[in-house]
Amino acid sequence: MKTYETVIGLEVHVELATRTKIFCSCSTEFGGAPNSHTCPVCTGQPGSLPVLNRKVVEYAMAVGLATNCTITRCSKFDRKNYFYPDNPQNYQISQLYLPICRNGGVEIETAAGKKTVGIHEIHMEEDAGKLVHDEWEDVSIVDYNRSGVPLIEIVSEPDMRSAEEVIAYLEKLRLIIQYLGASDCKLNEGSMRADVNLSVREAGTERFGTRTEMKNLNSFKAIARAIEAERARQIELIEEGKAVVQETRRWDDNKEYSYAMRSKEDAQDYRYFPEPDLVPVQIDDAWIAEVKAREPEMRDAKLARYQRELGLPEYDAKILTGDKHFADLFEATTALCGKPKKVSNWIMVETIRLLKENGMDADEIAFSPVNLAKLIDLADSGSITSTVAKEVFEKIFREDIDSEQYVKEHGLATVNDEGALRAVVEQVLAENPKSVEDYRNGKEKAIGFLVGQTMRQMKGKANPGIVNELLQKLLREM
Amino acid sequence: MSLMSLTATELGRKIKAGEATAKQAVRDALDAIDKKDGELNCFITVDGEEALKRAEQVQRMIEDGALTGPLAGVPVAVKDNLCTEGLRTTCASKILYNFKPTYTAQAVEQLTRAGAIVIGKTNMDEFAMGSTTETSAYGQTKNPWNLAHVPGGSSGGSCAAVAAEECSFALGSDTGGSIRQPSSFCGVTGLKPTYGTVSRYGLIAYGSSLDQIGPVARDVTDCAVILEAISSYDRKDSTSVKREDYDFTAALADDVTGMRIGIPRDYLGEGLDKEVKDAVRAAAEALAKKGAIVEEFDLSLVEYAIPAYYVIACAEASSNLARFDGVKYGHRAKEYEGLHNMYKKSRSEGFGPEVKRRIMLGSFVLSSGYYDAYYLKALRTKALIKQAFDRAFEKYDVILGPAAPTTAPKLGASLCDPIKMYLGDIYTVSVNLAGLPAITLPCGRDAAGLPIGLQLIGDCFAEKKIIRAAYAYEQTGSYERVREHVIPDVCQSGNGSDMEE
Repeated sequence: MKTYETVIGLEVHVELATRTKIFCSCSTEFGGAPNSHTCPVCTGQPGSLPVLNRKVVEYAMAVGLATNCTITRCSKFDRKNYFYPDNPQNYQISQLYLPICRNGGVEIETAAGKKTVGIHEIHMEEDAGKLVHDEWEDVSIVDYNRSGVPLIEIVSEPDMRSAEEVIAYLEKLRLIIQYLGASDCKLNEGSMRADVNLSVREAGTERFGTRTEMKNLNSFKAIARAIEAERARQIELIEEGKAVVQETRRWDDNKEYSYAMRSKEDAQDYRYFPEPDLVPVQIDDAWIAEVKAREPEMRDAKLARYQRELGLPEYDAKILTGDKHFADLFEATTALCGKPKKVSNWIMVETIRLLKENGMDADEIAFSPVNLAKLIDLADSGSITSTVAKEVFEKIFREDIDSEQYVKEHGLATVNDEGALRAVVEQVLAENPKSVEDYRNGKEKAIGFLVGQTMRQMKGKANPGIVNELLQKLLREM
Repeated sequence: MSLMSLTATELGRKIKAGEATAKQAVRDALDAIDKKDGELNCFITVDGEEALKRAEQVQRMIEDGALTGPLAGVPVAVKDNLCTEGLRTTCASKILYNFKPTYTAQAVEQLTRAGAIVIGKTNMDEFAMGSTTETSAYGQTKNPWNLAHVPGGSSGGSCAAVAAEECSFALGSDTGGSIRQPSSFCGVTGLKPTYGTVSRYGLIAYGSSLDQIGPVARDVTDCAVILEAISSYDRKDSTSVKREDYDFTAALADDVTGMRIGIPRDYLGEGLDKEVKDAVRAAAEALAKKGAIVEEFDLSLVEYAIPAYYVIACAEASSNLARFDGVKYGHRAKEYEGLHNMYKKSRSEGFGPEVKRRIMLGSFVLSSGYYDAYYLKALRTKALIKQAFDRAFEKYDVILGPAAPTTAPKLGASLCDPIKMYLGDIYTVSVNLAGLPAITLPCGRDAAGLPIGLQLIGDCFAEKKIIRAAYAYEQTGSYERVREHVIPDVCQSGNGSDMEE
């Protein structure tokens, strides 16, 4: 039985988080009535001309610098010609000959250890509109709101050997880009799209096998499944003595099956040529330095700092820095209450639990750090019990309520007054003679039940320490 | 006397002085169109009603002192490849027969702001592809000097309209000579500015790296005045250049003392009509007499300009014209099966033969396997041609030569032999390849009475030098003013406006 090695390279498209489109000043905002974010430029009106959005160049440079690429000092745009109605000019402005970044790479870590995945190039280009077929009317309609939204395409070297490495690479890219603020990188919403180029070869051989390109991968799970399936499909072909055909395939994640879209033979000739409507992008040292200087603290630096300066365990630091939104929330809240480990706990336990329960992503966290910070202070000072705190937090999570005010208005503050608690404790003792007797007979555990009963009566607001003391005292006196 | 017999500057002055009104000017233009255009067909669309309304507004603004510029109240005709909001813009193509732009081209916008009044859209070769204005889907334009001849192209409608006094001046576009060659054929003055001087925003592209908008006028003064009005640094056009000198009228001085003028020997060789050669030589002598230093030199590479130009222009055109597909605007085939068939039929029906020829040529030179051999080689040739001009401009202020090898050919004589037609662009295309400014002005007539054009080429951003040289030549009066020679027959034979709408 031969063993095979999988060789994988990725083409990752990332939608940049600019306020306006790449070649006009239309909004990039999602939603909006069809064709409401359009102008002569992004609908390909005759006579209109593109003007490059400087922010796109800066984001592309920032991603390039963070992935150790060389920035091309004189970068140019090219036209990729093909006819399709979602592409209003019937050409896409992209970069072929002189992409903005080249020769980079990122380090990934998997169970197999660390390795570097090379980045061949990063180029800038425009997104297309959306074509919808209306089955009812039997017409196709097109919405150009997405037309001209800026994209970068990150082309890796064929350096990955497994689905695990691919996921690690994508996670790494996602984090870098998210930290730079260049994109939210959501696969399920299409702001990050990955096409997988895959071939197999007998272990130990030098030459690459024939590769296929897999499209329509909308989640990490889909990517992993598609890689496994494609690897198996290619190996089976080879084992049967058949040839792998160089082609583009489309993954159907429901059927866990891919089918050929087009082969190399009917690949289009895009007739690329330099875009005459745009001048070359000249990038000097000063501009690179400026972009570099604006680079925020990246993940690795945060990971180290959280442990070193804030004393968090590595486990916490990894989770918190594993999503920029967690890190941002953590830092803002810690700055307010000065209790990093407590903040970390609230994020890692309650926040993540509620996100999961509600099927939400970290970027959908809607509450303000100030309300979490106040809650932590309230709980820490003993003003509320941990039970109440959890209850209040759910309110914060859902409605971003002011924790102090909420506790006050709903009378949730911990009752520390012995006089008030004594009456409740006495009542509990009177109502539970069996437990009292058990306790007297040496069943120490029975006191726990009595504490619980008291807390229940107090709706969780009683100071458990005082309740405990009172119970012991009264039981002794009885 | 029609106000259209005045130059734009003269008319502007008269209106400002209260001796005429903007409305009278527009009326005279519309009357002239009424009388002559049935025969000449300079216009694809006349916007009479709007122009009259606009004239009233402009007149009020002139009287209020809100408009004080030299072109306030002056009627202008605009080539039909410049977008005008709400006013049909066809590029003389069937594929855009119903296209009304949602915005106005920057150059037209600037003219409008200066108070000029757009009276209509002029005929041209379809998508500016041609040298005769015969490839228009809206009928050919005739040369006012002799109705059996072409006006040249592609800005034939603009040039003929100015020559026939149907407007005070016009805008044209020049990708490979499309302002200069028809100006030469029609005996008017046309200027192609340095690439990047006039915003291309709103100019429906033919060859984006070569296209420039420019004035077509009665004389050099008008050209300078109009260029001042339409040039600007425009952020909407990335290829627009921020210049130091927009005061082109400052160059209107009758002084060429010590100016170094070079005549490329390569421009006077085989293929050049003798009468044209003599007239151009005579013009050079006239300038020498005024104190210019004139000599002949070898420019070199002239024979490579035409193939390089057609490769580059057609390559860009094949991509620029891809957007005309029946999806968003313009002509869509009535019956089709599926998307591919819709594209194919709409474009087959919508484009004329010359446009199809150039799209095919352009697609071919860009296709994989041929790109290096054709497109890249043409780009290298372009760079070498620019270098040859750079060397020439180390020695000369202005390069002088003919605008076209012949005077206007007869209608129908060119299209049957496209290669011959392409070769007629020999003196103009290299100017576009090098991005240079050039002006064409009348310098005589041939035995048949057709105008001959003189071309003066300047270095990049040296419009002022060519304007000065042209102005000085114009002052010698060694050619006759156009207006005295507009064919009287045309003026009388007109039988009202019956243009296609």
